[in-house]
Amino acid sequence: MSLSHTLLALLERAPSHGYDLKQAFDARFGHDRPLHYGQVYSTLARLLKNGLIQIDAVEPGEGPERKRYAITDAGVTDVAEWMARPERPEPYLQSTLYTKVVLALLTGRDATEVLDVQRGAHLALMRELTRRKSTGDLADALICDHAIFHLEADLRWLELTAARLGQLAEAVHP
Amino acid sequence: MSLLLSARDLRKTYGSTVALNGADLDVSAGEIVAVMGPSGSGKSTLMHCLAGIVRPDSGRVLYRDLDVTAASDSERSALRRGEFGFVFQFGQLVPELTCVENVALPLRMEGVKREEAERRAQSWLERLDVADMARKRPGRISGGQGQRVAVARALVTEPRVVFADEPTGALDSLNGEMVMRLFTHCAEEFGTAVVLVTHEPSVAAYSHREVVVRDGSIRTTAGTL
Ligand SMILES: Nc1ncnc2c1ncn2[C@@H]1O[C@H](COP(=O)(O)OP(=O)(O)O)[C@@H](O)[C@H]1O
Ligand SMILES: [Mg+2]
Repeated sequence: MSLSHTLLALLERAPSHGYDLKQAFDARFGHDRPLHYGQVYSTLARLLKNGLIQIDAVEPGEGPERKRYAITDAGVTDVAEWMARPERPEPYLQSTLYTKVVLALLTGRDATEVLDVQRGAHLALMRELTRRKSTGDLADALICDHAIFHLEADLRWLELTAARLGQLAEAVHP
Repeated sequence: MSLLLSARDLRKTYGSTVALNGADLDVSAGEIVAVMGPSGSGKSTLMHCLAGIVRPDSGRVLYRDLDVTAASDSERSALRRGEFGFVFQFGQLVPELTCVENVALPLRMEGVKREEAERRAQSWLERLDVADMARKRPGRISGGQGQRVAVARALVTEPRVVFADEPTGALDSLNGEMVMRLFTHCAEEFGTAVVLVTHEPSVAAYSHREVVVRDGSIRTTAGTL
């Protein structure tokens, strides 16, 4: 999962301090693994260097927590491109896809589009495996079938999520 | 490949239910198009409009040069008999007829002699690995076998377009694969177009492209990485 895109998209909602960003992340995506402050600040430093965020307020005092960060236009574009781009279909994508869908809802984007684009990418790979299956030998067929069934599991999850987007939107915007 | 079917801005309501809300679709010869989407989204209605079974409230379906939506009932039924093959989701075989008679039926309706029709029917039953069921009635065979008999019946007339609504729903993976390979073969060898409604991604993977129906209209996805 892309931590920098996730933090960036969370910043798209509203400018935020590093601490609040970590809280927002942990509350939504950190179920089993809360972020370390170190990860948050090193990611923010990289985003800052790349011009995707800027410091929009500094409070007096010491320590990194004085700075409030805001997304730049380049940052918004970067989030939009990430959203629009399907993930490479591979095992254990759920957490990335889940994150993307929640962030699409949070930032007022079309979450259905995220799911549709991903379905397209998954099906394209399944087609290729299906073709390979019909030209290869039995061993090829069995190997392809394994990959196909895993992709199919992802796709079932995508369909179910699409069917539950209304519910999810309510949970995301209580 | 040449364009066979072209649907524009199809709308259909049943009472207060909007089944189709401006659906567009083009299907070319030799093309397998998977129609996906949640249940109740309008997939079957779309297919029935394309096939001239249901008349849309508005919009147009062209099959080659024929305006299907404006055609008379007899023109439409001639089209369905002569050019199209159907595999329906439910209740497709005639219970009083044996399997081979069921498969031969569309040929008989075209005026093919009984013996010739049953000979051709039998060869399709063989291709679908249900030749042993030929003399049985549909009530005496399994759901999956019945589904394959229905596929044989859809293909026996060598139609230009096959409309298949969840054709592999009752089949296990291997038999589903057999049916999809047969469709692929027909598309490649004879230029048959296949409009395939399915919710199974591994079945849709045999298509050349997929369209997704949501709330009665079509969202096309481009699967680019
Ligand atoms: N003959 C009919 N009479 C009344 N409502 C219908 C009829 N056919 C379909 N519908 C309704 O139209 C909508 C779309 O149905 P359908 O095309 O069968 O969807 P799908 O095949 O995607 O499940 C559904 O809400 C369904 O209940
Ligand atoms: Mg249906």
